[in-house]
Amino acid sequence: MGTLLDVNNLKTRFHTPEGTVYAVNGISFKIDEGETLALVGESGCGKSVSMLSILGLIVIPPGEIASGTAIYRGADLLKMEEIDLERIRGKEIAMIFQDSMTSLNPVLSIGRQITETLHTHMGMNHEQAVKRTIELLEWVGISDAHSRLGDYPHQYSGGMRQRVMIAMALACTPSILIADEPTTALDVTIQAQIVELVIRMREQMGMAMVWITHDLGVVAGLAERVNVMYAGFIVEEADVDTLYDDPRHPYTNSLLAALPRADRRRDHRLKSIPGAPPNLLVEPKGCPFAPRCEYARERCWDENPVLSVVGTKHRIACWVDIKTGDLR
Amino acid sequence: MNTPAPLVQVTNLKKHFPITRGIVIQRVIGAVRAVDGISFFINRGDTLGLVGESGCGKTTAGRTLLGLYPATDGIATIDGHNIIAAKGHDLMAIRRKAQMIFQDPYASLNPRWTINSIISEPLRVHKLLRTEKERTERVKELLDLVGLNARQINRFPHEFSGGQRQRIGVARALASDPVFIVCDEPISALDVSIQAQVVNLLEDLQDKFQLTYLFIAHDLSMVRHICDRVAVMYLGLIVELAERNELYETPLHPYTKALLSAVPIPDPKKDRNRHRTILTGDVPSPINPPSGCRFHPRCPIAKAHCSELIPEWREITPGHWVACHEV
Repeated sequence: MGTLLDVNNLKTRFHTPEGTVYAVNGISFKIDEGETLALVGESGCGKSVSMLSILGLIVIPPGEIASGTAIYRGADLLKMEEIDLERIRGKEIAMIFQDSMTSLNPVLSIGRQITETLHTHMGMNHEQAVKRTIELLEWVGISDAHSRLGDYPHQYSGGMRQRVMIAMALACTPSILIADEPTTALDVTIQAQIVELVIRMREQMGMAMVWITHDLGVVAGLAERVNVMYAGFIVEEADVDTLYDDPRHPYTNSLLAALPRADRRRDHRLKSIPGAPPNLLVEPKGCPFAPRCEYARERCWDENPVLSVVGTKHRIACWVDIKTGDLR
Repeated sequence: MNTPAPLVQVTNLKKHFPITRGIVIQRVIGAVRAVDGISFFINRGDTLGLVGESGCGKTTAGRTLLGLYPATDGIATIDGHNIIAAKGHDLMAIRRKAQMIFQDPYASLNPRWTINSIISEPLRVHKLLRTEKERTERVKELLDLVGLNARQINRFPHEFSGGQRQRIGVARALASDPVFIVCDEPISALDVSIQAQVVNLLEDLQDKFQLTYLFIAHDLSMVRHICDRVAVMYLGLIVELAERNELYETPLHPYTKALLSAVPIPDPKKDRNRHRTILTGDVPSPINPPSGCRFHPRCPIAKAHCSELIPEWREITPGHWVACHEV
């Protein structure tokens, strides 16, 4: 399948009164047509900022795209004029966010907010837009959609609002859907409903998806390929089975060992990763994970490893082979 | 071996929040029945998990049990003393032994206080150590215990990361030498790599001081890891309670089954082959809970009588309790 989006050496910084925040430090990845890629990492690892940068949603200043390209259908999104980007954003690349309450306008009815998208991007008239909105809402599982069009966001529950967000994002049949922690604020039974809905939508529409999350559990059931991020770098990329069976980066390995399991009897203490993620106000030097890494060598402190191949479609950014403990 | 009495014994605990209308003359027009009659016990040195979705009343249960909210009804005995009926000196004495760790390490520490003042507050309130010097020594000892540097004693909360702040919260809870600690979602605000640190710390402290925990959480994976027994709450009531492996391997209540089948498992192959029970709809309002069994509108196996009769709280096998007509 063809590559839809090709991101190369993306660097995003924020110039704040406290100093420069090195949020994304030269990441490269591709998204193929129809595939689901997960961007996994803890808070502040740059997973959201990288996608916001690509869509031109970073406020400049204080933000700055220091380098990089993001080629979508032959054009570089990072160099595009705002007016051209507006035609792609929301229509061809749509995004849903974690907090549906702040992403929806509280003083506009749900119906108005979706029809507006359809007017703007699809050039529909009022009647067509209303008809399509009802279809969309029913499609994402909102019963009695017709009579709920005039309701406001606060009259919907959290799960329902997230369904509305999905309906809105899918209104223009995008080729890429970016989902930024869409289930993090939801309860586990509602999360299961939303994940099931998204999988069904993906099967019916065949769109590609980028799922941004910190939850390695959700990723396992959803993604085909996973990029693990740490301190603004991609540290490991692999297909989903490989990543869970054979994690090769010390960070991924420790993260999986730090997770308790609901499906197994407890057999050991959780493995904890000492320390905390690095301060992003300091320009990165060496491997960002070195201070917390049990395998760290002298070289790790001085030189930051680049992503290199360790298996089929499996790359890590690490100097050490964790199986032997020796340098690779 | 004779079994000693449980350290914590809760019987028919209720907490209703009144809903009022009017500004000058307030009339009570209804009640949020946040906790509507729950009973359980926790043995000394054990951890009971209290799980459920948001709004099920688990946090309210924890706070009512410590007397932070006045209970509407019921008995909650901690180490032989009923905290619900206690007043004055007696209440203070029980509170010294029962502490709490809060969910949000950002909101639960006063930003204008130094770590020293924060952690020594229980010592001052309960008049445990007379002099400033003794208290400072004790705070240093506590910081050491939770894995923080004693030299940071005069710093302010904003100088610490989320995980470190939660350690400060733990040190404060330990200051008065409690026997029982309510941990209200102590790790849900933390990143995965930090969660394990805090959980391991809580376990170490439990071993060291024979602490008894009520661990309130929505993360069912962590609850299986840390708890000895687990109680599942739905709309103000406990619907099932059992030893942890029993509950996770042979859940009986349809809500517990659905909840467990919705928990994501970090194993792609296993996850693909799982059978999922996906519940429809949302949790109903606790102001006007459904008649009969409160779970019946969402229950995949509900029968006609489920909407009429309140299910009895029954012990199916030793130690495994459930409230469901169809079990």
